[in-house]
Amino acid sequence: MSKKINLKIDGIPVAVDEGTTILKAAKQLNIHIPTLCYHDDLCIAGNCRVCVVEMKGSRTLPASCAMPVSEGMEVMTNTLKVRTARKHIIDLLLSEHNAKCTTCYKNGKCELQELAAENKISTASFIDLVPHKNYQMDAYSPSIIKDDSKCIRCQRCVRTCEELQHVSALGVAYKGDKMKISTFFENPMFEVVCTNCGQCVNRCPTGALVERNYLEEVWAAIYDPDKHVVVQTAPAVRVALGEDLNLEPGVIVTGKMVTALKRLGFDSVLDTDFTADLTIMEEGFELLTRLKKALVDKDPSVKLPMATSCSPGWIKFIEHTYPEYLGNLSTCKSPQQMFGALAKTYYAQKRKLDPSKVVSISIMPCTAKKFEADRPEMRSSGYKDVDYVLTTRELAIMIKQAGLEFASLPESHYDSIMGESTGAAVIFGATGGVMEAALRTAYEVVTGREVPFNGLNITPVRGMEGVREVTIKIEGTVPEWKFLEGAELKTVIAHGLTNAKKVMDSVRDGKSNYHFIEIMACPGGCIGGGGQPIPTNAEIRKKRTEAIFAEDSGMKIRKSHENPEVIAIYKEFLEKPLGHKSHELLHTHYKERARH
Amino acid sequence: MSYSNLKRVDLIFDKECNPKEIIKNTWAKSNDQIINELLESGLKGRGGAGFPTALKWKYTAEQPEPDKYIICNADEGEPGTFKDREILFKVPQKVFGGMAVGAKVIGAKEGFIYLRGEYRFLLPELEAQLESFHEILKDLKIDFRIKIIMGSGAYICGEESALFESMEGHRGEPRNKPPYPTIAGFRSKPTVINNVETLVYAFMICMHGARKFKDLGTADSRGSKVFSISGDTPKAGIYELELGMTVEQFVEEFGDGDTKAVQVGGASGFCVPRKKFKETIIGFEGVPTGGSMMLFNSSRSMFNVLHNYLEFFEEESCGQCTPCRVGCQQLILGIEAVKKGERHASYLEHLQKLAQTMKITAKCGLGQSVANSFFSIVENFKEEMIY
Repeated sequence: MSKKINLKIDGIPVAVDEGTTILKAAKQLNIHIPTLCYHDDLCIAGNCRVCVVEMKGSRTLPASCAMPVSEGMEVMTNTLKVRTARKHIIDLLLSEHNAKCTTCYKNGKCELQELAAENKISTASFIDLVPHKNYQMDAYSPSIIKDDSKCIRCQRCVRTCEELQHVSALGVAYKGDKMKISTFFENPMFEVVCTNCGQCVNRCPTGALVERNYLEEVWAAIYDPDKHVVVQTAPAVRVALGEDLNLEPGVIVTGKMVTALKRLGFDSVLDTDFTADLTIMEEGFELLTRLKKALVDKDPSVKLPMATSCSPGWIKFIEHTYPEYLGNLSTCKSPQQMFGALAKTYYAQKRKLDPSKVVSISIMPCTAKKFEADRPEMRSSGYKDVDYVLTTRELAIMIKQAGLEFASLPESHYDSIMGESTGAAVIFGATGGVMEAALRTAYEVVTGREVPFNGLNITPVRGMEGVREVTIKIEGTVPEWKFLEGAELKTVIAHGLTNAKKVMDSVRDGKSNYHFIEIMACPGGCIGGGGQPIPTNAEIRKKRTEAIFAEDSGMKIRKSHENPEVIAIYKEFLEKPLGHKSHELLHTHYKERARH
Repeated sequence: MSYSNLKRVDLIFDKECNPKEIIKNTWAKSNDQIINELLESGLKGRGGAGFPTALKWKYTAEQPEPDKYIICNADEGEPGTFKDREILFKVPQKVFGGMAVGAKVIGAKEGFIYLRGEYRFLLPELEAQLESFHEILKDLKIDFRIKIIMGSGAYICGEESALFESMEGHRGEPRNKPPYPTIAGFRSKPTVINNVETLVYAFMICMHGARKFKDLGTADSRGSKVFSISGDTPKAGIYELELGMTVEQFVEEFGDGDTKAVQVGGASGFCVPRKKFKETIIGFEGVPTGGSMMLFNSSRSMFNVLHNYLEFFEEESCGQCTPCRVGCQQLILGIEAVKKGERHASYLEHLQKLAQTMKITAKCGLGQSVANSFFSIVENFKEEMIY
């Protein structure tokens, strides 16, 4: 047990572990010290100075987020000196901030706005600095819009991009009054290593970094009588959407969400889970085929380990950072894009629709999906496969705009076809989920038996550790897969691109001999995606994950290959996994990108 | 040249000094003896902050960590300061000597000189001098090496933790403190970082003993100090003077007969107006200085002087913390607005309150010290700010 330190905060004695900061010690006493640059997921910056407190014996007011406690310390969080300083600092930030709150996308969701309101900053007492700067909005990216005029230089985005993602697309440029958050050579976000993961958006306290929203475009499609608008919802959305609609983290809102989407006017409410199951079929067979080519045919051109390709943030990361490993990526499109390609082919045919009149919308926990949908490769239906991608947050906005009282909505079921889901598909939303779903199917294909884990729960692949290695021994194979008898399938799971880098470095340096790699760009997987409700932290991500697995265990069908609609589509349309049609519609290729 | 009121000292630039001898004799002493000698001398850091040198060394020596560093802060960037340049130019061996002694006391094998980017011209000679110094160490079988690292011209890198960041190849931004350098400095190892002049004084105290130094100056400000004197003076230059003089004595010697203000300690220091010359002591009991002394006569606009300082800070702030980054911009625009009549004169009081907030909430010494010149100029020359 670590040493206890005794101190007093606002006269109240408290004993905390050595190394605790004043901010955290105060929290233990339920004393709230306002913060801005502080974020649970990130290292301490101590640069906004909003959290300053008075400390007996100190001439200066230390930042409570950065000041460790010491024995006998006496801290005052609410003196005239503190309040004056705090007000000054908020006032200074407002003078630097383009405070056009009523027309800001983050209006009502801005931490600076909240602080200003809390401290009753009435009229800006300092000179407005915005007209003195030559701000230009970076609105070139299909995923993220960066508006420096709203930036308060807290560097949460910089720390996110560096610490969590190891991308450092955003960094600090210049100094003094010219200091700003920028990119390599101040290029647009669209033209640098940015993976569009949106983790910066999740952590930006103001409207300086927001998703590019497609609300008006989607409303226009819904209102267009000529258009048949289909919507697909990703697995992770249903366990987080509630947070933006006055529900607690971890509440599963699948049925309410479906009702809401129908009430919004979508013609057909379908499930990305369907193509998640399809992904497992394609990707599972792709892995087995690669293993066969490597082990039986001794084909030297086979690339192993094979890596998952569902996460578009991860795809762009590998395209920039490890282009020599593009051949190791599964050629499977992500479930979103498989869905899009099928929506305007299979679905349109079955429903006797003109595909040019089908508008395909997806609701994703992700900002990178917006970029993915815009890739030129993603037009295999002959049209743009996915027309518009909305984040979980945007869907919540639409629900509010439509005046729906979300919490009291009845539950309803997805439409058919392409609305059927399994537990295996749902868990795509959490780190390790794709691996678990793939194993549930692949093991059964190879052995004819279910995975040898209690209740199909492959618990070793679950968890929140950044990198998790799991070896599965294959025994009792059916004749067709006899060559895998006794083989040890070495898998690794990583989430957050900093962890992806660790895995890829170990592959590059020959320190590992994995067969199958699952990588998700975001912390916790899609449940922690860049399009999910704000705020995010480890606790919230844990609750969403628990909800995902609860949803899985409550499903009747929990293996992708048992999804009746998946069975039907192979029978009626695709013929077999990795077949000709699959290749045409469900698989893709990647491109090398610059390293800056 | 006469020094009617002031005592000129010649410890720093005195060439009668054999570094090898001093090192040899010092190595015969225990580390405690050396620390006690320094403590006895009363030497305080000559960069401006005035932390007792002996304690800095002692705290670092006490750290159990095997890797430690000693760093000479030669990023002399304070406006109006140019004494470290002269010291490095004239007596580099004494600087190295001070570093070697410090290294012995704390147990460092590596030392670094962080040289101001603009002083690159000193580099070839310093490297040559360093080579001969390393020969001395080799002869004496002392395991210590010094390396010179070039700065790139940012004022903020003179702040010790920003300097470490810069040395480590990062953006030069001050760190949160604690931890202090004595515990986690360069490469997060215990580090002593001293100003150029401090190291030479430490070395001279090793040579002459504490007495010679302690006998100079006052109770709070022992010894002598090298001053960089500039502005409206017929005698601009570098002078080593005993501490404890008043500004009046100083002006009598260096003024041009029409001195209306002296800026003590550079842009981050204090402006002393004529009416306070008599009562103000130059030293830790009055106005401390890292050596910069700028004299202004009645032809100078103090508005322009302040504006110039604020422009300097506005540009040289690293930009990370709110009070410094935004505060500097507000102060500068604020005094401009008052001068132009766009804001009422009472806005100056609002700005003074802001400066007070900057003084107590900025992350590092840069942002905290902007208030010094702001207060002392605005308070003493208010009419020049408004009209």
